[in-house]
Amino acid sequence: MALVLTEEQTMLRDAARDFLNARAPLSHLRQLRDEGVAEGFSRELWAEMVEMGWAAIIIPETFGGLDYGYTGLGLVLEETGRTLTPSPLLSTAMLGASALMLSDNEVACAEWLPQIAAGKKLLAVAFEESDQHRPATVNCSAEPRPSGFTLNGNKTAVIDGHVADAFIVSARTRRGENLSEGVSLFLVPGDSPGLSMTNTELLDNHQSCEIHLDRVSVDRIQLLGPLHGGCPILQKVLDRGRIGMAAEMLGIAQETFERTMQYLKERKQFGVPIGVFQALQHRAAILFGEIELCKSAILKALQAVDEDSDEVPILASLAKAKCGQTAGLATAEGIQMHGGIGMTDEFDIGFFIKRWRSLNQQLGDSRYHLDRFATLKGY
Amino acid sequence: MSEDLSTFRAEVRDWLAENCPEEMRSPLRSEKEACWGGRNFTFQSEAQRLWLERMGKKGWTAPAWPEEYGGGGLNREQVKVLKQEMTRINARGALYSFGISMLGPALLKYGNEEQKHKFLPSIVRGEIRWCQGYSEPNAGSDLANLQAPAVDMGDHYILNGSKIWTSYGDYGDWMFCLVRTDPQATKHQGISFMLFDMQTPGITVKPILLISGRSPFCEVFFEDVKIPKDQQVGELNKGWSIAKYLLTHEREMISWSGLSTSGTKSIGEIAMETIGGSDGTLDDAFMRADIAKFELDEMAFALTIERARDEVKAGVSLGAVSSWYKYFGTELNKQRYNLLMDINGNEALAWTGEASGDGKLARDWLRTKGNSIEGGTSEIQLNIVAKHILGLPG
Repeated sequence: MALVLTEEQTMLRDAARDFLNARAPLSHLRQLRDEGVAEGFSRELWAEMVEMGWAAIIIPETFGGLDYGYTGLGLVLEETGRTLTPSPLLSTAMLGASALMLSDNEVACAEWLPQIAAGKKLLAVAFEESDQHRPATVNCSAEPRPSGFTLNGNKTAVIDGHVADAFIVSARTRRGENLSEGVSLFLVPGDSPGLSMTNTELLDNHQSCEIHLDRVSVDRIQLLGPLHGGCPILQKVLDRGRIGMAAEMLGIAQETFERTMQYLKERKQFGVPIGVFQALQHRAAILFGEIELCKSAILKALQAVDEDSDEVPILASLAKAKCGQTAGLATAEGIQMHGGIGMTDEFDIGFFIKRWRSLNQQLGDSRYHLDRFATLKGY
Repeated sequence: MSEDLSTFRAEVRDWLAENCPEEMRSPLRSEKEACWGGRNFTFQSEAQRLWLERMGKKGWTAPAWPEEYGGGGLNREQVKVLKQEMTRINARGALYSFGISMLGPALLKYGNEEQKHKFLPSIVRGEIRWCQGYSEPNAGSDLANLQAPAVDMGDHYILNGSKIWTSYGDYGDWMFCLVRTDPQATKHQGISFMLFDMQTPGITVKPILLISGRSPFCEVFFEDVKIPKDQQVGELNKGWSIAKYLLTHEREMISWSGLSTSGTKSIGEIAMETIGGSDGTLDDAFMRADIAKFELDEMAFALTIERARDEVKAGVSLGAVSSWYKYFGTELNKQRYNLLMDINGNEALAWTGEASGDGKLARDWLRTKGNSIEGGTSEIQLNIVAKHILGLPG
């Protein structure tokens, strides 16, 4: 597949950009924060996004979706990175829908996917148990009982857990020598008896939560994918999420960069626009190139998911590591090059570095993915 | 269309099977094995001579050039097929040539019919080897400051002054050269683009010894060199546009050097074989991290070049972005050789002797230091990106 957007994809991206600029520019996030909106996002806005079809982009038509592919969803996520629009796109439309689709559990798909596509339900994936990204370290247990399982344990860093109608939970069903064996995935309704949670507001005004599972019963039909075979599915789900997050970081990098370039042309010191100084020009030029690298990595990774290529894991790590580094550089340089106003809350640039920090650390930071990249490359 | 293409592919395959000598079906082991052609070139083997002769006759050394100038007359898709089929059998390039990569595109765009017919066919057949006369002792990064005067004498010009950093000037049969034809004009005006035979009386060539112990560059001195007027290309005093156009091609060519060529091992693989690993992980954690950072950028850069090529196909022009390719490609290549030196440890230090191929790695490493200087320094490329892509003032 050529590494260029099709006309249709370009139209989708432009429509997303127009919608977000009109309905949810950065001032929207600022307002949610200043007003202390508890959920951290606007349900009305989400309904409009659903109306645009965004919750249904990757979902097959048989389950009420658009079957438009990950490249389309990636483009929308990239645009939400530019405006920092908070929504359940990542948790539900990307991670949750992917988990159901990859599980091949027809019953769960038939029940949940149409409701996700229609914006009626939200999902959250709960797999993390420590502050470091260790998806194969699963101590949460699922003990068999007649017609189902009993779940016990804790999960942390659950994105959008505070609004989830159901959780996709990884739990150990068998202990063995290999960490990644003996893990299974379960769909756990949010109102299950024995399930409780603690919410935390994050630096980027998003919410994350810990969930506690105390003798939570699930039916056998809520097992997603093969028994003991949850890790490979989880990795696939996470890779899709990593690419989605990387796409959002690409949006952050581009928006911050463009705002900063504008400032270099406008801001005058010593009687000249500060953009004439080579010390700034060269850093800007280097950043331009890093962003070009990210664009290629993202597009290739999204296309690989749509083609279900074997290259998805390495491309996911490439995209997450590279976009993490670049958006980190772009936001840090954004503040530095804006000087004094760059560090004020009143000015918008600081919002970008906060969101980048969250996205970079969730689902494995740049260093984690460099390590994984090396391992996948055979050294 | 696709049917035509598969017919073409079959033809290419048959032709290559019949015409590509067995010895030419393996990657170059070193720069020395490359065929550069020209009047004084000594072929290393009959196979090398035959391969050039056959490819040249077919026009496939410059597959995209029009047939009337000796080229292959192939369209973009066909060129791609030819490259794929050559790669498939590991066929070497039949000819390495500044005539093809640099002068040719400029002549096709700016030359008159007579010049195209006179110069292009001998480039395709590898009969004339070209060298580039651009930089001068006081015109390096500030190339437009070049001074070598060519004075109008009625039916010819008389050239004086000198050029420096002329790649393989000592092997060049002809030179394409930037000269000053109007000393009164502002520096970007008053430059003209001229071609001349290096055997013209008054030309002296002196190789420059580099830190690698090799001399890929020369100084060239001109003393009353006579250049016929029909060897001036494009408009008089407008040579800077040709120079810029040609530099774009040069940068793209240099930037490809940042990519490891197919068939060669990745740095990670080399490290595993040389240093060793346990459980599939390299036994040097810091080295492993450095290699991963490098390979991450290398992969992203390869994808970016793939994307650029696809965008060009879709009708987007590259323009100033070539400066960034030049910058990034050469910086990557320097990193690659730094890593190779690190990986090979004490063995990498050898300078002479058969085992090291007369210190090939050490010399290649030192040679890469020039990558980010020749063809415009990294700093100049970043200036171009800042001004012409980002629109920064100054």
